[in-house]
Amino acid sequence: MKLSFVVNGQPREVEVRPMARLLDVLREDLRLTGAKEGCGEGECGACTVLLDGQSACACLVPAAQAQGATVLTVEGLAEDARLARLQDNFVRCGAAQCGICTPGFLMTAAELCQRGQALSRAEVRDAVAGNLCRCTGYQKIIDAVEEALCADQPR
Amino acid sequence: MLTSHAEVLSPRTLQEALALKASHPETVALAGGTDLMVLIEANKLDPSRVLNLWGVAELRGLDAQDGWIRLGALTTWTELIQSPLLASHAPALVEAARTCGAAQIRNRGTLGGNLANASPAGDSLPPLLALDAVVELGSAKRGLRRVPIERFFLGYRKTALERDELITAIYLPARVEGDETFFRKVGTRRAQSISKLSFCGRVRRQGGQVTLARLAFGALGPVPLRAHTVEVALEGGPVRPQLAELLLNDIRPIADVRSTAEYRQRVAVNVLRGWLETLAG
Repeated sequence: MKLSFVVNGQPREVEVRPMARLLDVLREDLRLTGAKEGCGEGECGACTVLLDGQSACACLVPAAQAQGATVLTVEGLAEDARLARLQDNFVRCGAAQCGICTPGFLMTAAELCQRGQALSRAEVRDAVAGNLCRCTGYQKIIDAVEEALCADQPR
Repeated sequence: MLTSHAEVLSPRTLQEALALKASHPETVALAGGTDLMVLIEANKLDPSRVLNLWGVAELRGLDAQDGWIRLGALTTWTELIQSPLLASHAPALVEAARTCGAAQIRNRGTLGGNLANASPAGDSLPPLLALDAVVELGSAKRGLRRVPIERFFLGYRKTALERDELITAIYLPARVEGDETFFRKVGTRRAQSISKLSFCGRVRRQGGQVTLARLAFGALGPVPLRAHTVEVALEGGPVRPQLAELLLNDIRPIADVRSTAEYRQRVAVNVLRGWLETLAG
């Protein structure tokens, strides 16, 4: 099938098998390797992207369901000044160890920032429960997300 | 890398979807993909054709009609959680939705998919049983039919769905004032884990007497089940927590990778007794 969709603001067209995983289309066909493959079954969140504004595991989305959709990957975050602050926070808080889980956490956090609700620390923990960090560096990740949500006011 | 070469049919209307299911009955229906993609990836399923329902607008939406709440089959867990209508009419179902997967899964996984997948551990199933839900099935030839949820599950991952049918909607009776409900999922972790067991209860009381009891368990056997013996014993009297012991007449838990039969049996009784004690005050 010819998959036509918008990735990080750019209209893209690519010839793929309709059951190809969005994750493979992004990584192999579009060479956007930010989304990582961890478990390949929706448990770890390393492949999280925003699909029409909602976080989704790119390993569970067949290409056919991305037809006409808008996809945001970690590569597209930095273009938006407000969301770049989320990335700054991860850097400043030391919220990365080996780094494999970082793009996924950033995308889940980006969905939270979009929503703009104030969340307690416990709620932040709950909201990112679908992302696993096997270095177990959760405290600093939660710090970074919490700070981003607090700072997420119009400048 | 998913190597499936399945053809994907993507209808835009329900009529089109039902016609495709009728002409290609071997087609596997795909909603949010959170179960199906995992099965395909694990080579447990290798469909030649997939019916992608995601773009069928008629299968979406959630509204109140004549004493019932209608939930389109494609209603996602996230939509269940965000619905003010369900917060007042089906808080136990909302609670179950909160325990399902994590944000990424809840944004894609659907109620219809949870029913069609028919895992006995499906998170929505005990609340749907306790709330006397009705499943609406559609086919191109025979139109729509409604099946009470208790008659929908026929065996392990076997449902009343015929090969030419799709789940179109789930109906819940509007909440009756005074109905009290409770949901509890027991698993290794709050997020992502599959239930060791889950429970949803509903009682209606008038003047301290139980007039209706619904007790539903998930992940205890091949199908989600109701505890009819305890329900009958509860109805017609005050809430007596010791009736929880009768549960052993209704359940014969399985042992599997997630838990032993003994654990499930004991915890099922304890969860039920705990709730009945709270009700008895």
